[in-house]
Amino acid sequence: MSQETKPKSEAEFYQRDRRLHPPALTPDYKTSVARSPRYSMISLQNSISEMTGPVFGHNDIDPVDNDLISNYAKAGDPVGERIIVHGRVLDENAHPVRNTLVEIWQANASGRYRHKKDNYLGALDPNFGGCGRTITDENGYYFFRTIKPGAYPWRNWVNNWRPAHIHVSVFGSGFVQRLITQLYFEGDPLIPLCPIVKTIPDPDAIEQLIAKLDLNSTIPLDSIAYKFDIVLRGRRSTLFENRLEGN
Amino acid sequence: MPQKLDYLRESASQTAGPYVHIGLAPGAAGFDIYEQELGWDIAGPNATGERIRVEGVVIDGIGSPVKDVLLEVWQANANGHYAHPDGGGPVEDGFRGWGRVITDFETGEWAFDTIKPGPVMGRNGRMMAPHLNLWIVARGINIGLNTRMYFDDEAEANATDPVINLIEWEKRRATLIAKRSERDGKPVYRFDIRLQGDDETVFFDI
Repeated sequence: MSQETKPKSEAEFYQRDRRLHPPALTPDYKTSVARSPRYSMISLQNSISEMTGPVFGHNDIDPVDNDLISNYAKAGDPVGERIIVHGRVLDENAHPVRNTLVEIWQANASGRYRHKKDNYLGALDPNFGGCGRTITDENGYYFFRTIKPGAYPWRNWVNNWRPAHIHVSVFGSGFVQRLITQLYFEGDPLIPLCPIVKTIPDPDAIEQLIAKLDLNSTIPLDSIAYKFDIVLRGRRSTLFENRLEGN
Repeated sequence: MPQKLDYLRESASQTAGPYVHIGLAPGAAGFDIYEQELGWDIAGPNATGERIRVEGVVIDGIGSPVKDVLLEVWQANANGHYAHPDGGGPVEDGFRGWGRVITDFETGEWAFDTIKPGPVMGRNGRMMAPHLNLWIVARGINIGLNTRMYFDDEAEANATDPVINLIEWEKRRATLIAKRSERDGKPVYRFDIRLQGDDETVFFDI
């Protein structure tokens, strides 16, 4: 691999573009009002504290942890639309993010979470847990098999419904890349109505969170596939020294 | 026509929501699914350094504890090395330096057991005082909040820490300093995080 495509590992990460991310205070999402800082963040240049992050290996997880159709099945398969969610974790330079932990969680086909705090009347599924995890391969590739989650109501305005979504957590190689986001599904009419989606000020950034129907990866007579690429912060090529240490 | 830069854009953040525990701490959500949950053992049995407990509560703008928070910690070992290929040096077998905890659903209290980190080499050869890097997500928090926890018994190192000294308002620096006490002969550091208001904790854009 050339020097250009493999930056020295001590290279700093690009600054986060806060204009594409939701700001902290987004009053239409009511809970944010009392949970958002009022002072500006202090911007830090990267030090070793920010540029490093936890390393996970295959010893940490079970190979079947990425199969939500089977990982909680007790007496049969869960009910609902069988789907595959797959894609790549890339950085802003379009380099694969290898061997990184991807964790997901979601409601079942009824829009009900297996969580003691969820009392929605949508039924629990005895064969569905709703969480999975995997580690990307050498190409940054990952996949999960699951049930397409249902929409569900939440107490924000009186008649708010979350679009079908899967929560996604990714690490990357440095703590600065730590990201939690949500995956939405192409064509869902609830997406433009959702106050949580609309915390994101940038329409292109919203579009980037919508998984696309992927017929080429669909398994005939078995499962529909959706493709979802995740982009983490990239790091600068060290054209000149960063001088992180020493003088 | 100007050249177009071909960078990708980072995926936008979204709140972790109220049920973050299902994915990241399913045992706490009330069900067993994984052989092992991640993030419970930060330092491992071989780590040198002082064993400490860190605890606190996250407080919202009303002054109420936030009861559905998930915190992650990233820290160096006692020699100031991170468990990462670019971490500055070797770490003990089993030292991970990363932890994940949730708050108690009734009280909002969180706690973790670890070792006290050593000072870490910062930019331009300036040493950083011992600190923990913390990341906080919850319902109502649209993008994870980064902060640092420093130790009140490291006053001398804190005074020259390059990050603390970036904070122009000296009064705000105090929001990053945990207070040491002893309980049953074991050191405990108290670190309450205030999301909003007069004593709002300093958060960093890292």
